[in-house]
Amino acid sequence: MIDLLSNPFMVRALIAAAVTGLAAPTIGTYLVQRRLALLGDGLGHVAVTGVAVGLLTGTSPTWVAVAVAVLGAVAIEVIRERGHTNGDVALALLFYGGLAGGVLITGLAGQSASTLQTYLFGSVTTVSAADVVTTIVLAAVVITLCVGLSPQLFAVAQDPEFARVAGVPIRFYNLLVAVLAAVTVTVAMRTVGLLLVSALMVVPVATSQQLTRSFRTTFGLAMGLGLVASLGGLLLAAYLSLDFDANVAPGPSIVLLALAGFALTWPVGAWLRSREVAHG
Amino acid sequence: MTPVIELRDVRLSLAGRPVLHGVDLVVDPGEFVALLGANGSGKSTLVRAATGLRPISSGSVALFGTPLAQFKEWRRIGFVPQRAGAASGVPASVREVVTSGRLGRRRLLTPLNKADRRAVDDALEVVGLADRAGDSVATLSGGQQQRVLIARALAGEPDVFFLDEPTAGVDLTNQHALADSLATLKERGATIVLVAHELGPMAPLVDRAVVMAHGTVSYDGEPLDETTLHAHHHPQLHRHDHTPHVGSPIDSLQERR
Repeated sequence: MIDLLSNPFMVRALIAAAVTGLAAPTIGTYLVQRRLALLGDGLGHVAVTGVAVGLLTGTSPTWVAVAVAVLGAVAIEVIRERGHTNGDVALALLFYGGLAGGVLITGLAGQSASTLQTYLFGSVTTVSAADVVTTIVLAAVVITLCVGLSPQLFAVAQDPEFARVAGVPIRFYNLLVAVLAAVTVTVAMRTVGLLLVSALMVVPVATSQQLTRSFRTTFGLAMGLGLVASLGGLLLAAYLSLDFDANVAPGPSIVLLALAGFALTWPVGAWLRSREVAHG
Repeated sequence: MTPVIELRDVRLSLAGRPVLHGVDLVVDPGEFVALLGANGSGKSTLVRAATGLRPISSGSVALFGTPLAQFKEWRRIGFVPQRAGAASGVPASVREVVTSGRLGRRRLLTPLNKADRRAVDDALEVVGLADRAGDSVATLSGGQQQRVLIARALAGEPDVFFLDEPTAGVDLTNQHALADSLATLKERGATIVLVAHELGPMAPLVDRAVVMAHGTVSYDGEPLDETTLHAHHHPQLHRHDHTPHVGSPIDSLQERR
């Protein structure tokens, strides 16, 4: 295990997992607050098309995925705001369009399904040094904005009408949340993969709010839980793969660890809630 | 004296259906106006038009003498929307929700200053929830959550309050607590526009009643318990056909007295 930690590829993987684990729940908290927990999943599907276009054109799949996911996020916001289509249906359209487009274009690019699979389910152990730098920069942007603009983002998510009458440009902040979610999706792409990215945004928040009474503690604890799940899941996968010769991918082990955390905290949360109601 | 709110011949349609048919309403500083009327009479829509949440089809809206399109001083407006509760998808403490009311007065990327904290403490004190500041809003009763929303508006130290049915579904104890909070605001000289189905314990605070019916103002004047008093001395008034039509909420108000 110690040998493993001194391996350059493992160090890169750990750094990528750590920043992803910290960044995903920050934006995830606002998505859960706005009851848009599945937005990250929709954007993940859209990003599949971005990756495929990157593969087809020979450009960086990560940056094309960022661009396409951001476009998708803006499209979802516009559809939601105009209210032409149910937000739910708008998400569904993007889910299927993104995934089908991605698989089709990957085929056109002459790439095998296994290449696409490294993006769909993550391949944190093949992360290059340049990937790590990209991941750190994008994650830092997401965390800085989510923390720095928390009074605005909180108010807009809590009660958009009140925020609007208070003079807050709610359209700008709604778009910002969608764009940051898109960026986070691509940050987490290499770690947990596009199909599991939403889990890292939402599950730590769901776990955290079992135990908390305020937004600030929910936010902080979710970041901590995201970090623990990411690093723990990665190390667990490495340990099982090496010592037991099992084929365990880090993406699923990270997500399952996060879900195990939720399963363990839920009874505590139920107990706390029943106590609070009793005390009124 | 510049009126706080000035609506002139306001017309508004929702999804092609006309809801306001030429409403005039002028509210002066310090007035406590109750906007009454049956469901669907347009009273909530009127408030949404006045706060810019619903674009009007024709007419004009001005706040503090400035047309709505040019109005920038949103910090002077305190809005208490009609909501089932103050909770959202993630836990938030009472203090956090009330603090979000300071947003119009805070600069970007700066932490809360002393004035912010004092305003939040004061707002919690006025609505009588200082002891619940650290609790999650979701654990509060419906009436208490309404008081949280009033405290949130109050924290911004606005000059005018728009309250959209704050007493809907609120028990009598909490209605009295709400009335006490509004009495404090009134004493401090705030202008208050209260949308209500019925006034209950807030009736003594009201300076002026505006009754909406079918998208127009059907009565605008003294609160109606005065009218009841006069009617007692002049019973023939009841037979007079040309008195303004008064909607059912007022009737129920009179019955209680």
